[in-house]
Amino acid sequence: MTAALDRREFLKVTALVGGGLAIGSWWQPVDAAGLPLADVFEPNAFIRITADSAITIVSKNPEIGQGIKTSLPMLVAEELDVAWTSITVEQAMSDPARYGSQVAGGSTATPAHYDSMRQAGAVARQMLLAAAAATWGVPESECTTKDGMVRHTGSKRAMRYGALAAKAATMPVPDAKTVRLKDPKDFTVIGTAVPGVDNPAIVRGKPLFGIDVTVPGMLYAVYQKCPVFGGTVVTADLDAVRALPGVKQAFVVNGGTNLAGLLSGVAILADSWWAADEARKQLKVTWAEGPTAAQSSTGFAAQAATLAAGTAQRTLRQDGDVGAALTGAAQTVEAAYSYPFLAHATLEPMNCTARVVDGKVEIWAPSQNPQSGRQLVAQTLGVTAADITIHMTRVGGGFGRRLNNDYMVEAAAIAKQAGVPVKLLWSRADDIQHDFYRPAGFHFLKGGVDAAGKLVAWQNHFVSFGEGQGFVASANIGATEFPALFIPNYRLQSSVMPLGVPTGFLRAPGSNALAFVAQSFLDELAHAAKRDPLQFRLDLLGPPRVVEENGRTIYDAGRMRGVLESVRQRSGWGTRALPAGHGLGVAFHFSHRGYFAEVVEASVSADRGVRVHGVWVAGDIGRQVVNPSNAVNQVQGSVIDGLSEAFGQEITVVGGRVQQSNFDDFPLMRIPQAPKVIDVHFVTSDVGPTGLGEPALPPVVPALCNAIFAVTGTRIRSLPLTRQGFHSA
Amino acid sequence: MPVSFTLNGKRTTIDVTPKMPLLWVLRDVLDLKGTKYGCGAGLCGACTVHLDGVAVRSCQIPLEGAAGKRVTTIEGLSVDGTHPVQRAWEAADVPQCGYCQAGQLMTAAALLASTPTPTDDEIDEAMEGNLCRCATYTRIRAAIHQAATLPKGAR
Repeated sequence: MTAALDRREFLKVTALVGGGLAIGSWWQPVDAAGLPLADVFEPNAFIRITADSAITIVSKNPEIGQGIKTSLPMLVAEELDVAWTSITVEQAMSDPARYGSQVAGGSTATPAHYDSMRQAGAVARQMLLAAAAATWGVPESECTTKDGMVRHTGSKRAMRYGALAAKAATMPVPDAKTVRLKDPKDFTVIGTAVPGVDNPAIVRGKPLFGIDVTVPGMLYAVYQKCPVFGGTVVTADLDAVRALPGVKQAFVVNGGTNLAGLLSGVAILADSWWAADEARKQLKVTWAEGPTAAQSSTGFAAQAATLAAGTAQRTLRQDGDVGAALTGAAQTVEAAYSYPFLAHATLEPMNCTARVVDGKVEIWAPSQNPQSGRQLVAQTLGVTAADITIHMTRVGGGFGRRLNNDYMVEAAAIAKQAGVPVKLLWSRADDIQHDFYRPAGFHFLKGGVDAAGKLVAWQNHFVSFGEGQGFVASANIGATEFPALFIPNYRLQSSVMPLGVPTGFLRAPGSNALAFVAQSFLDELAHAAKRDPLQFRLDLLGPPRVVEENGRTIYDAGRMRGVLESVRQRSGWGTRALPAGHGLGVAFHFSHRGYFAEVVEASVSADRGVRVHGVWVAGDIGRQVVNPSNAVNQVQGSVIDGLSEAFGQEITVVGGRVQQSNFDDFPLMRIPQAPKVIDVHFVTSDVGPTGLGEPALPPVVPALCNAIFAVTGTRIRSLPLTRQGFHSA
Repeated sequence: MPVSFTLNGKRTTIDVTPKMPLLWVLRDVLDLKGTKYGCGAGLCGACTVHLDGVAVRSCQIPLEGAAGKRVTTIEGLSVDGTHPVQRAWEAADVPQCGYCQAGQLMTAAALLASTPTPTDDEIDEAMEGNLCRCATYTRIRAAIHQAATLPKGAR
């Protein structure tokens, strides 16, 4: 195998990456003389080793704060058998042909790549071993590796990987599927606390993010769309705007009808972003608002109540006889639950830089899914996918927002029309008012417990959004949604109403709302049965077993029991004397392959100020936590993110437009309200490692609401809490 | 009318409209991208810089408001990135996405300059204006306590 990257290209790339190499000074290199510097050992897309033992590991996925730019290279470094501090990590370009899938979504990267990234490292190591054995004329089986070096103990010889690079490149490439991987007990990188690879640049304020990109000759753009979703420009007073200070161009962009694509609007380009945004304040546009102007949050709630009073449109699941079970139950509870639309509010607003020259498009984008952006840009601009180059910048928060690439296609279309490179940046108001929202939802539940305090019936009529009978994005529910398959009499029905508001995935989509409903209602039933809410849940889960349907694993009751038992013990549930006025709430949820149980300790003041004193989290994400430092950070962040959602977040629609515009009316939790104690514990199960960007979030919302009930006796059936007169204290 | 101020120890004169917020002067005129835009309304703290040593929101300070003053940005917090808060942030592995952290560091540095060993409550009070969407608050508190124990860097 020969080097795929020529020396000049390599120098260019490494110069861009910077970062430098940290080679242990304790080591005096074995003679690498005689090897031409141009030799690069590049056994696959993820590893480059040069003759001077510079080791580069390429991270293929978007880094959105989930820590993947550190954890995927950790997997490679482990099996390559190099010291973590000896390598440089390089962010890949968007190039699925070379790297495979490059998406940050669904907490999928760890389960999808845990084996393949290790194999990539092991293949390289195997070839280096073979190169050393051939060089020394000794059996490969007598050679070992450690810290970027091959050793032969018998003859007391050792060579650094760089010195073997040229030879290794000529060795046969072993089959990745059968190459030997390390025994986990020998891990030196996986399972150790590795700080984020970009931390040094972050704390020094280096340009890393999409918003930091500068392209020679570029102009700064704002893009004004219709405040009503799907509305279009009729007329715009462009001449007045063009005369304003700093403004270089102003024009109408024609859009289509796809809410996730290029929408109609007015672009203003100036010599600074501020000048463009100031000019926008003077812009006068006449809009054709379209049918969504008739939609509102209160209208949706009224329609939901009407739909709930009628016959459900669909029955998604029916087990046993719910009607008879409810009639025969010792206690029944009926309740209506609801939750609002939510925005993502990533701290780095949507932005993208684009340059279009001679039909070639170059893009710098903070995107969670650049490949789908490429397709969207190709389609919209009428170029081929191959004509588009996409640089993946660090992303200042994703949370699912940047799975959509609307801002990318806007930047590309504006740059094409302007004839100059353009950096498009949305204002905070643009960002909050043109999101793909976590859909609101309405659940109408009935449940029953028998005389022994056992759950015997569960019925849910879920009123959601959709066209025809199908659900819009992320507004769906699965036929096996918990507690399906755990009780004999279960019915799940749905009805949908038209929306017009764009919806999408928000961190732990579906689950971030469904856990609130199921685990709160379960709490109501536990109290109706006069049972301890945690023990009631353990009894519902039943004995440890894998619950299957049609040969498919639905739920591992044993793993959920494991985390629930863990959090019971660690939080002192039922055993610890709580301070006066404090209460505990518990909840669990399975999502994104992870099992999580959480306990919240809260107190409530006379003026309904809710203080969260502590949160205990137990999670099971398989047999191995790849990076324990980031893992704890992700879980603690998920907990506070969930508390933010529960306390005060709500997007309301009036006249087809969003009312909120900034962090004053769409609040994030601030440091004084953040709990001082967030205890994180991982329970291990003998299954492959799974992701952690999402599954820790869902249980904290109902655990908080259940804690508030424990203290006040007030049941929270609708979010956010500020709507119920509570606030975060 | 050109406006002069001291930027990270260097005398700087800028000739743009004096109404332009310092944030955009730093980012789009002076090409210092460490100071971040998050809200444009003084609500998130991502744009925090020091004005004569005081932590301020640069999106709310027009250029003329910096005239004759000392402006310090994240790029000038220390000569080599070794201010105690920078070292503590790295050691505690604080960042997730990292976007807010320059603002967090600037507020934390100003806090430690006036209150060398802050309590949790003092940290909460000083840092309240800095949002972290990833919610790294647990580690921010820990890192500030840690920074309080570190010797001062080169600057």
